[in-house]
Amino acid sequence: MTAFEPWSEERTSSIVAAHTHLEGPLMPILHAIQEAFGFVPEAAIPVIARDLNLSRAEVHGVVTFYHDFRREPAGRKIIKVCRAEACQSMGCESLVKHAEDRLGIECGGTTADGRVTFETIYCLGLCATAPSAMVDGKIIGRLDTAKLDKILSETGA
Amino acid sequence: MTIRIFIPRDAAAVACGADDIARAIAAAAKKAKLKADIVRNGSRGMLWLEPLMEVEDNGVRYAFGPMTEADASKIVASLAKTPASKIKHALALGPTEQIPFFKKQTRLTFARCGITDPVSLADYKAHGGYKGLERALAIKPIEIVEEVTKSGLRGRGGAGFPTGIKWKTVHDTPMGQQKYIVCNADEGDSGTFADRMIMEGDPYVLVEGMTIAGIAVGATKGYIYLRSEYPHAEIALNEAIRNARAAGLLGPKVAGSAHAFDLEVRMGAGAYVCGEETSLLESLEGKRGLVRAKPPLPAHKGLFGQPTVINNVLSLAAVPYILSEGAKAYYDYGMGRSRGTMPIQLAGNIKHGGLFETAFGISLGELVDDIGGGTHSGRPVKAVQVGGPLGAYFPRSHFDTPFDYEAFAARDGLIGHAGVVVFDDTANMAKQARFAFHFCAAESCGKCTPCRIGAVRGRETMDKIIAGQNTEANLAVVEDLCNTMKFGSLCALGGFTPYPVSSALNHFPEDFGRPAQKLPAAAE
Ligand SMILES: Cc1cc2nc3c(=O)[nH]c(=O)nc-3n(C[C@H](O)[C@H](O)[C@H](O)COP(=O)(O)O)c2cc1C
Ligand code: SF4
Ligand code: FES
Ligand code: FES
Repeated sequence: MTAFEPWSEERTSSIVAAHTHLEGPLMPILHAIQEAFGFVPEAAIPVIARDLNLSRAEVHGVVTFYHDFRREPAGRKIIKVCRAEACQSMGCESLVKHAEDRLGIECGGTTADGRVTFETIYCLGLCATAPSAMVDGKIIGRLDTAKLDKILSETGA
Repeated sequence: MTIRIFIPRDAAAVACGADDIARAIAAAAKKAKLKADIVRNGSRGMLWLEPLMEVEDNGVRYAFGPMTEADASKIVASLAKTPASKIKHALALGPTEQIPFFKKQTRLTFARCGITDPVSLADYKAHGGYKGLERALAIKPIEIVEEVTKSGLRGRGGAGFPTGIKWKTVHDTPMGQQKYIVCNADEGDSGTFADRMIMEGDPYVLVEGMTIAGIAVGATKGYIYLRSEYPHAEIALNEAIRNARAAGLLGPKVAGSAHAFDLEVRMGAGAYVCGEETSLLESLEGKRGLVRAKPPLPAHKGLFGQPTVINNVLSLAAVPYILSEGAKAYYDYGMGRSRGTMPIQLAGNIKHGGLFETAFGISLGELVDDIGGGTHSGRPVKAVQVGGPLGAYFPRSHFDTPFDYEAFAARDGLIGHAGVVVFDDTANMAKQARFAFHFCAAESCGKCTPCRIGAVRGRETMDKIIAGQNTEANLAVVEDLCNTMKFGSLCALGGFTPYPVSSALNHFPEDFGRPAQKLPAAAE
């Protein structure tokens, strides 16, 4: 996984400034913030709002609307398993159960030691090579228990 | 002599190991002192064979798949002595284009996908690329619009609205103001991946289609709103856009003409509802993806309040063919009011999953049983869901339905973005109905009550039905909720969630604790 920078107001402002030439810059800014810090820190919201001349509520509303934007740091490894229909037809739910059992958390959570965040994703466009997953941004097709166990073992779970 | 070896960069191939295999091929070629040109092509669409390696021999490409690193290394090593056509290997499949799944298709939109190097502009042009733009620049903008109208092209994003009529509306708004072309590349429907495949496998066809659209309606700026689950498509698109710009095919003078047009890729952030066109526009503007009430239409007041054409990837990617070959060539394929071809996606529990482009009119049964080869598990097919999470579940008794907008609608279904997801007999349709509500609840934009509240209530009620509590009374609640959502929702997320729910209930009542349906003899 990638190492993230610690949050700073200065860095946030420079990210915003790098995007203000765009029409409708807020989404690209939020993506860039998350790429830099690993999540969208609460403290970033007033800075973005000030620099873009928006209200805090507006920026907050956008951050919370989209599933991709994290309000808190994720675990060191992010495992997303697709649970949409095509993957269901190929048994993704039993894989989810298997991972939940091994990690000792429910899908949607992070292990207490911060090693793994385990989440649902809806469709990776790999529906003919299902079930599918995304692990730290890397896509995986034809997921089965053996592949999943290997991924989980790498996290130390 | 240099041998050309192809191994896709398509995400489905990569997800099954294509990058590792590309490295293995390079290493094996080096070891065997073989001069090899390794091309990272798009996928041929036979996804059960991915990673599919192809080796060219006398102008014919021979397929090998699904490859493992060991098999690929072995085959490449033997190429030093044996031509690809003579290689005996358990995974040798013969000439790629003779494989029945490929041979049976009519590839208009996907003509180049898998054949060319996706980001090579020279390759694109050598295979007929930019002929559509050339023609578009030789005629008047209104004639471009007329050509698209005459082709019969309907929006491939789901609603099937005639593309030419949409373009005409934007064309007719006053000139001298900013207009936009927005490409809907949000492709959120489970079971669909055609947009992804074309963006990764032939991105220039989308760039060209959008450029033609811009010239037709007088728009100078285009955005591709791409879902964040598609990082490989983002890379391919940006590479193609850069190359097109460097060649003067995007920019202030498109191909030396008086028309300006440029493009930008923008990433979504994991919201299904942002595939709905007005929600998408809000998102592009940097807002929450709340669905807008219509009117005004995006054609009049779209992105930043300006006249906007918003089309699906496949609608725009069909345009270069229509311009270069003429409206009639496209219109001559298809049936009824569904003209041209549809890139159909066979997915889920299916033996031969992949992309199958064909003229409208093919039956659902032919797609699933003959072309798809039935289930992957080998068990009987129980149901297929066509058209994504808002599409109906069809039983086998509906397999005679032709792939056609009106024929599906007549059976209370929809073709949507043409994803076909197959389920075997282990599927429980009450659970599928519960999921439809769950998905709607998770993805609702929250603007209207029937959708926001109805979906949550629907999920809770389905839980009770699945647990066997007061089945009939709770089914009545579900039926009532479906009606409320169908008629009271602002957009099709809330409005169409009843399709998967009602179809599951009507066709598979036994899964809901009701007596099994008695089929009329003729229906089986
Ligand atoms: C909830 C919802 C999700 C949608 N998702 C998509 C999508 O991912 N891609 C798409 O092209 N159209 C999607 N649509 C349809 C669009 O609203 C719109 O009809 C389409 O972009 C118009 O382009 P077309 O005429 O070329 O199909 C969706 C609609 C709804 C209601
Ligand atoms: S139906 Fe659902 S998604 Fe559509 S506008 Fe209403 S609340 Fe939003
Ligand atoms: S449904 Fe899982 S990848 Fe599409
Ligand atoms: S608010 Fe949308 S239907 Fe009531």
